Amino acid sequence: MRELVGRPYHELRARLGKDLSVRELVEAYLDAIEAFDGQVRAYLTVTADQAREQARALDDRLARKEPLPPLAGMPVAVKDNLCTRGVRTTCGSRILESFVPPYDATAVERLREAGAVVLGKTNLDEFAMGSSTENSGFFPTRNPWRLDHVPGGSSGGSAAAVAAGEALAALGSDTGGSIRQPACLCGVVGLKPTYGRVSRYGLVAFASSLDQIGPLALDVRDCALVLQAISGRDPRDSTSVEVPVPNFAASLEAGVRGLRVGVPTEFFGEGLQPEVRHAVLDAVRVLEGLGAVVEEVTLPTLEYALPTYYLIACAEASSNLARYDGVAYGYRSPRARDLYTLYARTRAEGFGPEVKRRIMLGTFALSAGYYEGFYKKAQQVRTLVRRDFDRCFEKVDVLATPTSPVAGFRLGERTTDPLQMYLADVYTIPVNLAGLPGISVPCGFVDGLPVGLQVVGRPFDEVTVLRVAYAYEQATDWHRHRCPLFRG
Amino acid sequence: MRITPEVVERVARLSRLELSAEERATFAWQLSSILEYFARLDRLATEGVEPTSHAIRVANVFRDDEVTPSLPVEEVVAMAPQAHEGFVVVPRVLEAEE
Repeated sequence: MRELVGRPYHELRARLGKDLSVRELVEAYLDAIEAFDGQVRAYLTVTADQAREQARALDDRLARKEPLPPLAGMPVAVKDNLCTRGVRTTCGSRILESFVPPYDATAVERLREAGAVVLGKTNLDEFAMGSSTENSGFFPTRNPWRLDHVPGGSSGGSAAAVAAGEALAALGSDTGGSIRQPACLCGVVGLKPTYGRVSRYGLVAFASSLDQIGPLALDVRDCALVLQAISGRDPRDSTSVEVPVPNFAASLEAGVRGLRVGVPTEFFGEGLQPEVRHAVLDAVRVLEGLGAVVEEVTLPTLEYALPTYYLIACAEASSNLARYDGVAYGYRSPRARDLYTLYARTRAEGFGPEVKRRIMLGTFALSAGYYEGFYKKAQQVRTLVRRDFDRCFEKVDVLATPTSPVAGFRLGERTTDPLQMYLADVYTIPVNLAGLPGISVPCGFVDGLPVGLQVVGRPFDEVTVLRVAYAYEQATDWHRHRCPLFRG
Repeated sequence: MRITPEVVERVARLSRLELSAEERATFAWQLSSILEYFARLDRLATEGVEPTSHAIRVANVFRDDEVTPSLPVEEVVAMAPQAHEGFVVVPRVLEAEE
């Protein structure tokens, strides 16, 4: 069964119903969870019984020679801030420890309709607030490449699960880099779609103008397949946009000849680890070798993107998280005397330190006397960041940058200084502010830790982003490396 | 920008968060240093710049006002920490008249 784990879905699919059953595939992944998750701790909940039941139903359809849906039998993991009917959805928070949603998120529902088999729910920084998964209210997840290192975050459980062979693909959410940064640190592919491409219905809200659901997978083709299944307008999310959904996998092989790739100067400045810089510039040269036209561009507002992001994200979070009041669902403090203490003590006991910090920061930025100077100012700078990207995309088709400024960090290394932790997302955050699609693909290693290349495109141009990522991936073999853990 | 424990206390009250003395002190210095870093935004001239609240422009989205089934009341009330005969129970909100 070991030979099945770690192979991309597009290589396995043709074997289904021939020398491979869905049950065998699903069991191989459940075995891998059994074998590795004690060390990696990617999962908060494993839904083995449900997965087996789903596998049985799919094998029955195979036996009846029914046409198979596009992701039939793909064993997937779902970040635990996406609602799953009948399966607890904790958001990595004590305040939702026993919350069992009565409905599926649209993205989860669409994955199931496409035939994917959900193996379980993955760990995350509490309410997706963090860059290392150390802010989980339950336990930290570890990087399968080096267990004393963080997997990144906040979708660290999803990224670690895919890297460790504990899921073939996974769903994550990305508010400031929470898919791309852990994908980068765990050596897998992670894509944040354009804001509005994927319905957010059933995604527990953190910062509603920035949140977007997306796939993590072993390679670009699998990533495109999962994106296909979850994309498209949903009447239940009014910010999901009515635009045609192209066939993402169809143009992967179109190549990059003549395509203009912008390299933004500011992304290669201070704070970038030299070895990461080399790996990413090497990747750009590979694209150039494939016929892309490489051009230097500038994004002068980069240094302002981080504060802008944290002010906006925290302001939105302080409002979104007001719903955790101990009344209708979730944790309630046993020490409540009246309505005020019901709220204040429930929240004091239910939220962890980073969530409290961000609620405080957001409430402050929105409060009388500070609104103009902080929140409104940030919204105005957001306009400037967007204009910078617009100017770049007048000259080039995509941007190529590092995903993370460093090739990972140790557990505990950044937990005492929140600002240091925030800097982990310095290259991914501007992309969310502008709502653009971005992908991280593996482009090398530093001391046994993966490095990632980020490719960013125009709004709703995931096709070109995937095409560039695929061309690079196929010209190299980084995506074929597997972590020492599951090489056995 | 220096955030005093008094500001922290006021913001905590607005946030409906009961903080310990230790948390108040920690947040005071952490928020001060974070906001100090954020003050770099003041270097950018933004007068007359339109604020962006959403990256992708979406105008008002309407749907037909059709009645569709809601979640069953029992399922929803079952999620509440305390419930009684189909209602969610909370501490008394209004003072009882003597």
